[in-house]
Amino acid sequence: MFTSVDDVSARLAETGYLASPAVATTVFLADRLGKPLLVEGPAGVGKTELAKAVAEVADARLVRLQCYEGVDESRALYEWNHAKQLLRISAGRDESWDETRTDIFSEEFLLTRPLLTAIRGDDPKVLLIDETDKADVEVEGLLLEVLSDFQVTVPELGTITATRRPFVVLTSNASRELSEALRRRCLFLHIGFPDEELERRIVRLKVPGLDEALARSVVRVVGALRAMDLRKVPSVAETIDWARTLLALGAGTLDETVVRASLGVLLKHQEDVLKASAKLDLDAL
Amino acid sequence: MTTPAGEGVAERLTSLVGALRAHGIRVGTGETVDAGQAIEALGLTDRELLREGLAATLLHGTGQRLVFDPVFDLYFPRGVGGPEGKSAGRENLRDRLAAALAADDQALLGRLAVEAVDGFGGYGSSPESDGWSSYQTLERLRPQTLLARVRDDVRGQGGSSGFADRLLEDEIRRRIDSFRALVATEARRRVAERRDRDELARRAVAPTADRVDFLFAGKARLAELRRAVQPLARKLATRLAARRRRASRGTIDLRRTLRGSLSTGGVPMKPVLRRRRPARPELVLLCDVSGSVSGFSDFTMLLVQALHDQFSKVRVFAFVNRVDEVTALLRHGTADPEGLSARIGAEATLTGWHDSSDYGTALGEFAEIHGDAVGPRTTVFVLGDARTNRSDPNPPAVRRIAERARRVYWLNPEQRSLWGTGDSVAPLYAELVEMHECRNVGQLSALVARLLPV
Repeated sequence: MFTSVDDVSARLAETGYLASPAVATTVFLADRLGKPLLVEGPAGVGKTELAKAVAEVADARLVRLQCYEGVDESRALYEWNHAKQLLRISAGRDESWDETRTDIFSEEFLLTRPLLTAIRGDDPKVLLIDETDKADVEVEGLLLEVLSDFQVTVPELGTITATRRPFVVLTSNASRELSEALRRRCLFLHIGFPDEELERRIVRLKVPGLDEALARSVVRVVGALRAMDLRKVPSVAETIDWARTLLALGAGTLDETVVRASLGVLLKHQEDVLKASAKLDLDAL
Repeated sequence: MTTPAGEGVAERLTSLVGALRAHGIRVGTGETVDAGQAIEALGLTDRELLREGLAATLLHGTGQRLVFDPVFDLYFPRGVGGPEGKSAGRENLRDRLAAALAADDQALLGRLAVEAVDGFGGYGSSPESDGWSSYQTLERLRPQTLLARVRDDVRGQGGSSGFADRLLEDEIRRRIDSFRALVATEARRRVAERRDRDELARRAVAPTADRVDFLFAGKARLAELRRAVQPLARKLATRLAARRRRASRGTIDLRRTLRGSLSTGGVPMKPVLRRRRPARPELVLLCDVSGSVSGFSDFTMLLVQALHDQFSKVRVFAFVNRVDEVTALLRHGTADPEGLSARIGAEATLTGWHDSSDYGTALGEFAEIHGDAVGPRTTVFVLGDARTNRSDPNPPAVRRIAERARRVYWLNPEQRSLWGTGDSVAPLYAELVEMHECRNVGQLSALVARLLPV
C-alpha cells in the first residue's frame, strides 16, 4: 500500500491527518508486516481519526466495530436472520425437512457483523475496532482468532478465511488492561500529545482562519497546561476547539480576559480551572 | 548511524532484546522476528524511524517506553567515539547552548550534548580517560544558570507575544531538562563503548514505575507512581461493576415464580429470578504515616484517595503513635497526596510524647476508641512496616481487631527477608493477620485484585 515512511506521512497529510514520525513509521510497518495495529493514548489525540485517514488513503471501505460493555459474538461476528428463516420455513410447507434445513443455513440468511464483513470480499477494507478496552474479556478471545489468522468459523458454513487481509486498527484508552495474547498479535503504537510544531500545523490545518501568531500562543498555553499536574489535561481535540472558540470570539491575541473566559473549553474539571488560573496568574488583575 | 565492524545487526538486535528482558519486559521470539523484518523494511539510515519501528514491534505497553529508549540508545548509538576536533572551551559552548535553547533547536542541542560530554565529562587519567560522567558535565556547564539569559534573548528577538510570554520561563526550564537528559544519554553511550554494554544496560537504566520500591521513591518518581495508581483505582471500579452485574443474574426464585403462575393457571410463564442483596463492602484503612515510611505513606495516601473515590464506605485512620480518623480530610477527587499528608499532619492528632511510630499503643488505642468502626462486614487494611521502635507490640489489640473484622490484611512495604530484623515485629503480627509484601505498584495491583472484597 505504501512505498516508504515518507510516503505514508505525505499521503496521510493529503487527507488532513498530520502524522508524527512515530505514527507514520508504525502505519508503514503494520502495512508491510500485515499485522494489526494497536493504538493507545489519551482521548482526543486522533486514534480513531488515524483509521479513517488510512481508509481514505487506501481508498478502502471502513468497517467499524464499536466496542462497549456487553458486546458479544452476535454483534461482532455474525448472527442468523431468524425472522427470515421462519418465513422461509413457513413458505416451503411441503418440502422435506432436509431440504429446508440445508436451505435456511445458507449465506442468504446470514447477517454479517463488522468482523465477518471485514474478512469477506475482495475489496480493500480497513477494520477499526474502536475502544477495545470497553469490551468484556470474552470478546478478546474472539478477536484472537480473527486477528492471527484472519478467519472466522461459522459452524453451519465452515471456516471463512480472508482472501484479502484488511488493515486492522484497534484503539484503546487503557481503561482496562488488554490481554497479553492480544497485544502480542499487534504492533503497538502509543500516540501521545504532539510536539509544539506539529500541533501548530494541526491547528492551522483544522482552523484555517486562525493567524500564525495566535496559533503559536494557543499551542504554547496548551503545552503549559499539559505540564501542570491536572486531573484531565487538554488534548489535541480541545486545542482545536479552543482555537475555534477564539476565532468565534474574534480574539486577535491572547490576554487574561479571553483566556479566563474560555478556559472551560480546555479544562473539564473545576479544580483544574482553579489550579490553572493560579499558575497562569489569571487572578493577578 | 554507524555500526562497529564485526557486529551484525541481528546480534545487536538479539542483545537489545536480552537487555529488555532483563528489565522485565517480556519479548517473545515472534516479536524479535517482527523487529528484524521491521529493520529490513525501514533500513538503517534513519535512526529515529528505526527506534519507532523497534518500539512498535517489541513493546506492548506505554510504560515500557521509559526503559526501551535508554536501552535503544545504548545498542544503536548515534555515533561512535567523540566528535572531531577539540572543544572550544566552556564559555563558547555556553554561548552556543544559550542560542540553541532560545531557538529550541533539538538537533543542535543533541550535537551540543555530544560536544559537552566530550569536553567536560571525561575523568581519570587523560588522554585516554577512564570514564564519562553526565553529572560532572552538567556541574561544569551549569545549563540551569542560562535561564535568565535565554529568556532575555527570546524576549529581545521579539519572540514574546503578550500573554504567552508568561509561560516562557517554564518552557525554557523544560528545554534545559531535556538537554540534561541528552547529556545523560550521551555519557552512558560513551561509557558503554568502554565497558560491557549488556552489563551497563542492566544497571544504568531505571526500572519501570511499577517496579520501584515505595520506600525509595523520590519526588519525581512519585508523580509517576501516581499515574500508575490512578488507573488501578479505575480498573478496580470496572472490575467491581462487572462482578456485581454478573451476580445480579442469579438463580430462579421458585416461590415467586409459582405465585406468579397463578394467573396463567399454574403454567409458569415468567421465571422470577432470586434477588440478591449485595453486601456493601466496608473498608477500614489504618495507615502508618511516620517519617520512617515517608515514601510509602505518600504512596499510601494515593491509594487511600483512589479507594475513597471508588468505595462509598471507606474510613481511614492514620497513626504514628496515636491514632485519629482522617476520613473527613479526604474529599472526593482531590488528587493531591502531598497536600493531603500536610493536612493530615496539621489537623489530626497523631503523636503523643514523641515522634516515632509505636504500633502497640496506636493499635491499642484504635481497638479501644474506634473499635465500633470494625464490624463483621468490614475488611481492614493495615499499611505499615511494623517497625515499632522497640516498644511493646501489643498483640492482643491486633487480635481484638481481627476478631471483630471480616478480614484483616497487612501490607508491608519492606522486603520479606527484612521482616523481623532490628525493631521489626512483622513476624509476630503476621501470625495474627495475613501479611503481604507490598513494595511496588506491580505487587500492589496483584494484591488489590486478589484481596479486595466484592
